[in-house]
Amino acid sequence: MGRLSTVLCGVGLDNPVIPASGTFGFGWEFAEWYDINCLGTFSFKGTTKEPRFGNPTPRIAECPAGMINAVGLQNPGVDRVIAEELPKLRKVFHKPVMANVSGFSVDDYAYTCEKLDREDQVGWLEVNISCPNVHGGGMSFGTDPRAAAEVTRAVKAVTKKPVIMKLSPNVTDIAAIAKACEDAGADGVSLINTLQGMRIDLRTRRPVIKNVMGGVSGPAVFPVALRMVWQVSRAVGIPVVGMGGVTTAEDVLEMMMAGASAVEVGAANLTDPYACRRIIDDLPAAMDRYGIASIEELRGGR
Amino acid sequence: MKQTILTIAENRPLTANVYRMALAAADLEEQRPGQFINLRLAGRFLRRPISVYDWEPGKVTIIYKAVGHGTEQLSRMKAGETLDALTGLGNGYDLSKAGERPLLLGGGVGVPPLYLLAKRLRAEGKAVTAVLGFNTKEEVFAEEEFTALGCEVTVTTADGSYGVKGFVTDALSEEYSFFYTCGPEPMLKAVYKATKTPGQFSFEERMGCGFGACMGCTCRTITGWKRICREGPVLDKEEILWAD
Repeated sequence: MGRLSTVLCGVGLDNPVIPASGTFGFGWEFAEWYDINCLGTFSFKGTTKEPRFGNPTPRIAECPAGMINAVGLQNPGVDRVIAEELPKLRKVFHKPVMANVSGFSVDDYAYTCEKLDREDQVGWLEVNISCPNVHGGGMSFGTDPRAAAEVTRAVKAVTKKPVIMKLSPNVTDIAAIAKACEDAGADGVSLINTLQGMRIDLRTRRPVIKNVMGGVSGPAVFPVALRMVWQVSRAVGIPVVGMGGVTTAEDVLEMMMAGASAVEVGAANLTDPYACRRIIDDLPAAMDRYGIASIEELRGGR
Repeated sequence: MKQTILTIAENRPLTANVYRMALAAADLEEQRPGQFINLRLAGRFLRRPISVYDWEPGKVTIIYKAVGHGTEQLSRMKAGETLDALTGLGNGYDLSKAGERPLLLGGGVGVPPLYLLAKRLRAEGKAVTAVLGFNTKEEVFAEEEFTALGCEVTVTTADGSYGVKGFVTDALSEEYSFFYTCGPEPMLKAVYKATKTPGQFSFEERMGCGFGACMGCTCRTITGWKRICREGPVLDKEEILWAD
């Protein structure tokens, strides 16, 4: 075990740093910038049953210390992810990857996860439950403990891989959702997904984002994310993956002290393609500064 | 694609709100016509994508309009200050399609990327015609620079205060082999309708990363979904699907 190594749901990681879904494509795009094998793993672009173009543009707006995106889960669909993206990834990344899955019905989730379960490259399934439930009046699965549990059970039934439920922060009690996922058999939870927000263009008097609202990410959300990771870590016994505005090695340590077993890095990858490599390189010195011998010591008993 | 620290060599106004900035770095990679650089500004989360006006070994020049807080901040920066840049972004124009008499159509701050293109085409001995469109006389820039390259230059102004009155489409030459254009979307649509030959269009979109990671700037085309920052910003006329 190296000084930075850790374990996530029984699968070893060389370090706790994981680029978050939607900010790292299918990985091979970033292999043009650096050797991505330095990463713990990464979570690939949210994948759905069918191909999705996503939302109309503009999909992006800037905010103080962050950004808003309303990409709308653009992806080529699970069949092409397996046929085209994973073979390209295999050439440049030699570790298990985290497969991020979205759906608009419980059956969608099960369908996509069952297909990805057969892929050896996939080490974990990260299930994004922030999407609207088309059979549930359009309310997000992640805002209702029963719907979150239902998705968890459906996914667990079709895979032997660890299932990590990715939670929405746009709820009153995120710990209750996390607990519902744990009780339904989830192997871990990751949080937070983006916070709903918007901007208005003063010149046009219209929302900047064509879809009006989008998800806020970046350093602005870090304290909110940290607070939620703290709350959820105390509510569940399964591993918690912390994310939300993580930009530095110190942020990673803070997330782990809040209770995270591993840490995802999102928006930082978009402004600095080397962000994750830099954070990993900076970790040992940051640990020295705060008298942390190993990442494992922060992970506690999980 | 490369991350480079650029040092500002000059930053001066060309018009009331259009600036010319030259940036230097010993390790600067070659910038091709139609590509862009993405600049990080202190206190701004997202980078600012700006098209390349000119490139020579060790030096890249941009011409940009101060339209928001970010570009206004950029306009106040001084020679000697540095900027973190991602360079060599986007596909750029395809020079092999030019033919012998290429026509360049630029509108406002859509003019700058056509300069390096014109320079390269002239170096290949092509007879280049450039039509540069502006709103009014006070906004005109780069005319002498295109002329100095040996291009046949026509300037149009919407109010007729300088050059030909009207839009670039009012000054289309009859004889050209292929066209390249960049400008505001209404102008691009007008060019699309007014031209009968193949050509290439450079598009703008709000971007998150500028290098293909976030899917923030995707558009539909005849040949599939394309990221403006990666498979664009230059699209062939035949593949364009207008959003609305």
